[in-house]
Amino acid sequence: MENSVLISISDLVKTFPMGRREFTALNNLSLSFRKGEFAGFVGPSGSGKTTLLNIIGSLDSPTRGEVSVLGQSVRSLNPRKAADLRSRHIGFIFQTYNLLPVYNVYENVELPLLLLKMSSDERKKAVNRILEWVGLTDKLKSRPAQLSGGECQRVSIARAMVKSPEIVLADEPTANLDAKNSHNILQTMEKLNRELNTTFIFATHDDKVIKYLRRKISLDDGRVVGDEILEDPHPGGTA
Amino acid sequence: MIALKLAWRNLTGARLRTWLNVFVLSFAFIVIIWNKGLLNGWDQQARRDTIEWEIGGGQYWQENYDPYDPFTIEESHASLSDAVEKAVAEDKLTPILVSQATMYPEGRIQNILLKGIDPDQRIIQLPSSSLVTENDEIPAMIGTRFAKNCKLTIGDYVTVRWRDANGTFDAAEVKITHIFKTNVPTLDLGVLWIPLAKHREMLDLENDATILVTSVDTGFTGTITGWDFKDHYFLLTEIREMIEVKSIGGYIMFLILMSLAMLAIFDTQVLSIFRRQKEIGTHIALGMTQRQVITLFTVEGAMHSVLAAVLAALYGFPLLAYQASVGWTMPGGTDDYGLTIADTIYPAYSLGLVAGTTLIVLITTTIVSYLPTRRITKMRPTDAIRGKIQ
Repeated sequence: MENSVLISISDLVKTFPMGRREFTALNNLSLSFRKGEFAGFVGPSGSGKTTLLNIIGSLDSPTRGEVSVLGQSVRSLNPRKAADLRSRHIGFIFQTYNLLPVYNVYENVELPLLLLKMSSDERKKAVNRILEWVGLTDKLKSRPAQLSGGECQRVSIARAMVKSPEIVLADEPTANLDAKNSHNILQTMEKLNRELNTTFIFATHDDKVIKYLRRKISLDDGRVVGDEILEDPHPGGTA
Repeated sequence: MIALKLAWRNLTGARLRTWLNVFVLSFAFIVIIWNKGLLNGWDQQARRDTIEWEIGGGQYWQENYDPYDPFTIEESHASLSDAVEKAVAEDKLTPILVSQATMYPEGRIQNILLKGIDPDQRIIQLPSSSLVTENDEIPAMIGTRFAKNCKLTIGDYVTVRWRDANGTFDAAEVKITHIFKTNVPTLDLGVLWIPLAKHREMLDLENDATILVTSVDTGFTGTITGWDFKDHYFLLTEIREMIEVKSIGGYIMFLILMSLAMLAIFDTQVLSIFRRQKEIGTHIALGMTQRQVITLFTVEGAMHSVLAAVLAALYGFPLLAYQASVGWTMPGGTDDYGLTIADTIYPAYSLGLVAGTTLIVLITTTIVSYLPTRRITKMRPTDAIRGKIQ
């Protein structure tokens, strides 16, 4: 699987109804991603970054064109298969963390493993391991309301990574964080990307994130206006 | 299984919100069971008292007898055959002769039913043995309610006027020898009990009776020509209908309490689906289908009733058990309502009552929990994740 294509997008069009008209969010977009990439969609608000991320994550479907994730066509997935793809192979990181407020850190991170019906012992091992990675072993019993923004986002990363997915989709992961926390988070993600070879795809317009990317795909009005391979900002890793 | 686990986590995580709903529902549980138990207890006591005091194992009515038609009473008696007399001698039956009369307590006119019963009978608990005197006086007994209404006490004499079988009016003084207390008002209000032999003599009848009460113990059955057998179902119709009417009141209370509890659950569910859109979206992003999320929210709502049942068992069952042991004392004056009702009603709970109530509450809660969750299917996961109001 090393360097093999995980995601391929060809002639993707996504439109949304807006009254009598249609709004074209993505317009004839073609891209592909290989395993282990640390890439990001960059562009202003309304350029189609989140929509593209949602389609890759099988949360939405294309209006036209083809999107294949791990060999599965997103368009042809029924709700159960789409859910299965997300639960096994895709991790999500959201701008507002989307942690479950009534769960503590351990329970939030454990949730994806429960959906995978893993045994209690396996869950415990995996959760403790990932929480160690993100440095939150002392916050196991804390609820999201008791954590800082940076800690919440680290929990969110742990939740996305705990099942060892092939792909992590991060939508504006640093938008609610200060510079220091943003760097910490990005370093954590970069470390995970390098050590586990997980593919990270960001949607961002944050320069702090862009500095960490190794591939920058610029979007404007739903079109790809640039696709650059960047010089590795931290050759050999940040850790 | 996952839905159960997650629902449990969500509920326990929601803390006060959950426990408030659970408490309201558990209270509804207790009151519903208590109310129904009280009616059951009343029903059982009323049936038992009526059987023991009045109807025994069932009654044979002379074919013309209709207690609700006073015009039939004059003609509703017949002489007893040898076979019936034999059964009476063997304590399988006891005859009662009924006639209309007028009583003059303190000079007032009072229409009464004169009922003659064998003082030696042991088939019903009516204390007929007190109808024995050593002189020529006519001994009579009445119930406490009637005694109170007529201001009669033991030892009082009262004039009674009647019409015999030949249509001739006659009158005599009777002596009140006993005043009995019974929960069965039909034995009490407007009824003067005298010895059967004396009653027959007064009416100029040889061995006639209106009613033959069968013994519960011997289970006398069979056909007696000219007499209609009335079983418990028939004879307890009034009690049954009264309890049914009272049950309607109980059902109204049940509906009110359930509505309150269900409103709380429905409200929580609607609010949850509105406020927890991000959570719904997150569950979908993490790999749940919309149907699984609906199941989760429905189980979460339904679990309120399971927790309520547990809570009700913890604080309610000791309360109900205590109530069942000390009973519910009826207020003074209940006697005068004309209902078969004891001074103290002991609620009767059954496994069926508890299980039935639990099942009804569980099913209702599940339905109420499910209804608002249907909205989840209309949500776009991408909007839900952002908590965008839809």
